[in-house]
Amino acid sequence: MAGTTFAKGGIHPDEHKELTEGLAIEVMPPPSQVVLPLSMHFGAIAKPTVKKKQEVQEGEEIAVVEKALGASIHSSVTGVVKAIEPRPHPTMVRCDAVIIDRDPEAPPRQYDSEDWRKLSREQLLARVKNAGIVGMGGAGFPTFVKLSPPPNAKIDTLVLNGAECEPYLTTDHRLMLEYPEKIIEGAKIILKILGIKQGIIGIELNKPDAINTMNKAAQQLAGKDDDVIKVQGMDVKYPQGSEKQLIYSLTKRSVPGGGLPFDVGVIVQNISTTLAVFEAATMQKPVYEKVATFSGRALHRQANLQIKVGTLLSDVVNYLGGAKDVVKIVSGGPMMGFAISSLDVPVTKTTSGVLFLNSSETDLGEFGPCIHCGWCMEACPMGLSPKEVALYVEAGRGHLTEKFGIFDCFECGCCAYVCPAKRPLVQFARLAKIAIKKRG
Amino acid sequence: MTSKPEWAVSVSPHIRKGTTTAQIMWTVSASLMPVLILSIYNFGFRSLIITLVSVLSCVVVEAISQKAMGRSVTVTDGSAVLTGILLAFVIPPGVPYYLPMIGAVAAMFITKELMGGLGYNVWNPALVGRALLQASFPVAITTAWIPPQQLSKGVWDVFLGSGALDAISTATPLAVVKQYGMKALVQQFGGIDTIYWNFFVGFKPGCIGETSALLILLGGLFLMSRKIITWHIPVSTLGSAALIAWIFGGETWFSGAPLVHVLSGGLMLGAFYMATDYVTSPTLKSAQLLFGFGVGGLTVLIRLKGGYPEGVCYAILLMNCLTPALDEWFQPKRFAPPKAAPVAAVK
Ligand code: SF4
Ligand code: SF4
Repeated sequence: MAGTTFAKGGIHPDEHKELTEGLAIEVMPPPSQVVLPLSMHFGAIAKPTVKKKQEVQEGEEIAVVEKALGASIHSSVTGVVKAIEPRPHPTMVRCDAVIIDRDPEAPPRQYDSEDWRKLSREQLLARVKNAGIVGMGGAGFPTFVKLSPPPNAKIDTLVLNGAECEPYLTTDHRLMLEYPEKIIEGAKIILKILGIKQGIIGIELNKPDAINTMNKAAQQLAGKDDDVIKVQGMDVKYPQGSEKQLIYSLTKRSVPGGGLPFDVGVIVQNISTTLAVFEAATMQKPVYEKVATFSGRALHRQANLQIKVGTLLSDVVNYLGGAKDVVKIVSGGPMMGFAISSLDVPVTKTTSGVLFLNSSETDLGEFGPCIHCGWCMEACPMGLSPKEVALYVEAGRGHLTEKFGIFDCFECGCCAYVCPAKRPLVQFARLAKIAIKKRG
Repeated sequence: MTSKPEWAVSVSPHIRKGTTTAQIMWTVSASLMPVLILSIYNFGFRSLIITLVSVLSCVVVEAISQKAMGRSVTVTDGSAVLTGILLAFVIPPGVPYYLPMIGAVAAMFITKELMGGLGYNVWNPALVGRALLQASFPVAITTAWIPPQQLSKGVWDVFLGSGALDAISTATPLAVVKQYGMKALVQQFGGIDTIYWNFFVGFKPGCIGETSALLILLGGLFLMSRKIITWHIPVSTLGSAALIAWIFGGETWFSGAPLVHVLSGGLMLGAFYMATDYVTSPTLKSAQLLFGFGVGGLTVLIRLKGGYPEGVCYAILLMNCLTPALDEWFQPKRFAPPKAAPVAAVK
């Protein structure tokens, strides 16, 4: 099968997926305590609805966002609220968190399942909202908001992102292998909520087994509803899974700068999110568990773990037998993820993986001057001039970089990846954006 | 493992492609070694010694300049070595040893370090070195030729005596063409086919690293296979040189000998190794085509109409001046830029 791909740029980093792609999803036993930050994703910080010493059930709502954009938070264990206090946070340094001591006697909560086809669009959407689902790939945009597009948006296509183009990560790959029917059903639920008929699942060709299972599941469930879901193989090339590149690859539509997928009639959902939609719609199960890849060669044992939201990384590392010679810890993929400085931070709804990299895997060398090789421009999927932006920033003229289209830069890192001078081009791009905003 | 932040928290991406600036410089230098070996065979060990003097001078001058200007010394990145090789390659083998030293000062101190160091120079350092030597030592630079295959006649003459050199000086093919015309050249080599063969393989008088079109081509192809250079600049340079030579090079219009121009002098080395210098050539492919066209065209115009028999060096330096402008005019094609600026995000 020939793959589709995006228009320009892109890179082929080493995949490192062999570390975990063959490992079935493993359920990590719940920790004795969970830390649930009140800000886990895009949107307002949630307000706690529980008090210290209060007993809570697994799956019970413990914090809500009332007026603003956001999503509610649910307890991932049955137990007692020990405290509500500031704790280390993966991106915000510190943030108020609800800390819950797990009751070791409490049995795991069971959910009854019912047929989502009997429910109306409004009921389905309400279940998505109540379950606190957010986009699980990146920033964590609340899913119910994404599924209620403005009435003037003419949406005709749902795109499911099974690219998983970041090296190391194998979460979506394993989910597609192990839960293909649930993901296809989840896609059908989303199609019903949106009132459209067409779904495309894009999967990179380095996952032929996932393409097969998803294809089979799509065929088995075809004809059950009035919709068409098709699986499309895509070339193995980073950043195949980033929103604009993915949409172009699968539909040949270009989302203009500053625009959203709505503008070209598309909605993109990630694989984990789609699975969460299925569980919310059929079982009313909120999001408080997460499948994430724990990898990197500094980790004693790598794994794809199903894990309680709020589990501290230190607990995960202990469970996996410890880590040694760690040079860098990255939350997310190695291209766009962020380095974290403390193991006291919890797994959140948007954690897709955590990498423990040793010195052979990550490069901390110093950078040199730009030699104008132009490789960064060749690699940029947006057709920008990262080298010029960097030179401007270095010369204190970052505020003049708007002409290079700097706001189209989504910090994919392709430019910095190829740069032979090892220049931190993503950092320069961020500084340029800040400089422009400062000047108003 | 304790939980105090003992790990690096630098920015994404956290993985990098292996290739470094130094690797590029060393690879380009290595690809020039066959040319050097042929030159030793052709012109004797003097080629090697001039090259070593040039490389060493460039490294030393760069190190001293960087120290003096309070920069960190980066001579291990290979760029000074490469400049040294290229500088030696564009001067005749019979020059006195102090010439490459003077050239190194012009290349490394004036052209490179004074302008800000690696990446900030406007002109190709090796070519500025050569241009300065040509202006200051016109006799040495244009007469210190050694006819090929001295090796067979006895290495040590060439190696030791500089007095013996005058006797064996001979004119380069381009000088012959310039002074006596194409017919004289054909006579000298005994036929046009012999010219092509000797020029292509490299048995002719000339600068240390300019004689063998074949080895330079192979080196260039190797660099292309390693994705260090692309075809755009070499092809447009050689193509435009051939075109202009064909149109204006003969006694009547459209009767020139394009291949002679392409294969002679420094054009091959210039097209594959000088004009492709990242720092001093434009970045975008479209701009590179225009740049190469200018280099090739100017080279042949200087050869035909200018005061010098050879024009590659000045042609490239002239086009180097245009590089910043070309980089400004040619911008990459963006993927789906904003429709109208600024677009308010739909919420
Ligand atoms: S990080 Fe920005 S500038 Fe660099 S390649 Fe990606 S989009 Fe282009
Ligand atoms: S890749 Fe690095 S060295 Fe090359 S042009 Fe871009 S910033 Fe400069």
